[in-house]
Amino acid sequence: MTDRQRRAAIEGWYTLEKDQPHLLGSRCVACGTFFFPKLSTFCRNPVCDSTAFESVPLSRTGRLWSYTSASYQPPEPYVAAVPFVPFAIAAVTLEHEKMTVLGQVVEGCGVDQLQVGMQMELVVETLHQTEALDVVVWKWRPLGALTGSAS
Amino acid sequence: MSRDVVVLGVGMHPWGKWGRHFVEYGVHAARAALADAGVEWREVGFISGAATMRCGYPGYVAGATFAQALGWQGAEVNTSYAACASGSQALAAARAKILAGDCEVALVVGADTTPKGFLAPAKGYRPDDPDWVRFYVGITNPTYFALYARRRMALYGATEQDFTAIKVKNAAAGVHNVNARYRKAFSADEVMSSAMVADPLRLLQICATSDGGAAVVIASAAYAKRLGVKRPVRIAAISTVTPRFASGEVEMPDIATDSAVAAEAHSFRASIALKAYAEAGIGPEDVSLAEVYDLASSMELDWYEYLHLCKTGEAEGLLRSGATAIGGRIPVNPSGGLASFGEAVPAQALAQVCEVVWQLRGAAGARQVKKAKVGITANQGLFGHGSSVLLKR
Ligand SMILES: [Zn+2]
Repeated sequence: MTDRQRRAAIEGWYTLEKDQPHLLGSRCVACGTFFFPKLSTFCRNPVCDSTAFESVPLSRTGRLWSYTSASYQPPEPYVAAVPFVPFAIAAVTLEHEKMTVLGQVVEGCGVDQLQVGMQMELVVETLHQTEALDVVVWKWRPLGALTGSAS
Repeated sequence: MSRDVVVLGVGMHPWGKWGRHFVEYGVHAARAALADAGVEWREVGFISGAATMRCGYPGYVAGATFAQALGWQGAEVNTSYAACASGSQALAAARAKILAGDCEVALVVGADTTPKGFLAPAKGYRPDDPDWVRFYVGITNPTYFALYARRRMALYGATEQDFTAIKVKNAAAGVHNVNARYRKAFSADEVMSSAMVADPLRLLQICATSDGGAAVVIASAAYAKRLGVKRPVRIAAISTVTPRFASGEVEMPDIATDSAVAAEAHSFRASIALKAYAEAGIGPEDVSLAEVYDLASSMELDWYEYLHLCKTGEAEGLLRSGATAIGGRIPVNPSGGLASFGEAVPAQALAQVCEVVWQLRGAAGARQVKKAKVGITANQGLFGHGSSVLLKR
């Protein structure tokens, strides 16, 4: 797992640092509203007519709003391993941005290790593999957990 | 009086997995609704179709497709697409035409033929489409239903037994509905032993996709009077509202909510029925029954609150009191709901209207809600389509 090359599953949505990656959003320079995914055209706040945005990293941590599991293999374009490995899914509320962002939970962390209200942090982990490289995506894990499993 | 548009007739093609062309179901339902109304097709001045995206070009232009299949007769035409809310949008378009004085009697039709399994997005690498992105990262429709369900468990003490009780309740009602796909009662044990799909939701708590068709004939009050119709069911209000920024709950198919930094967070679903109540001057306390979108059994609890049948956090208590079963104070989904039908997207909102009309006429047989005077429907279409129809008699 160590030396394989990595590529973002969705270009420009998150940074790829192994340590402390973050989601990449944008922020309206007029009203301060955050957007994820990034917005660069017209602000969606109905009382704001701004067209100017700055790229910003979003908070790396937040509170678990809710969670679930994908116990069955999702359809394409999801690329499943053979055999399919079920995974957990989290909705995490970022306090500073006042928004909730969905994402997979890291490998090895099941719903039994999650609780609404707990602190979660962002990581980047493999979504699927090609022969040459790991295609990686943002995921959530319980804050302070060293690997996939909560400490 | 002038804002009254009446429902003259309703009709359905039974839900199922028939595998036939959607036009067949639509025409069957349309003919049934016209017969129920006592209106000849050639009298219809406006045909409004709810579109389907799964049946090729004829589905995109469903209004004209149905008109041709019924026999071109020169009526004006409309087709509406609003995902699960397509039927009520098509109904709203027809009602507006009548209210504008542009037509006296209109036919609204929705029908679908559905593929097997999960509803999947269009192909290709399309990162600009949130519907594509969420499937790529493994987030399916049940993910959203389950997130709401787990949230209710954490905040309001909902249990897996509650979700199961809703499935059992709706299936018991659906047994008596000839148009339902599944006319089978389920025990709590059967539901609880079905496979986990999206924790905490199990297979038998999540609705399937179905083929089906539904149609509604509506007319001006003057037209109904000329026909000699006594005490018709009337459309008191229709809500087709969109969300209000900042939309504070995770909504399918989005990967994130709005940011509520510059504007207060709003609950979209809680706003849908409010518009209908306000338009009609009718409150939730006047409602005799409701047909709501139980895509998952757990979501029926959310709808109790979004329809303001109880306060936030009290839906579990309302369910456990038996109030929402047939025979209770405010029956919900006496048709059997999506639990008994499975979803036929463009037909479903119209099927909800059909059920309310039968209930208000006192023609629902073993499913009949006693003294039904006011009924409300609610659903939500992907990408911000609110849908609620308030009917009274
Ligand atoms: Zn702005």
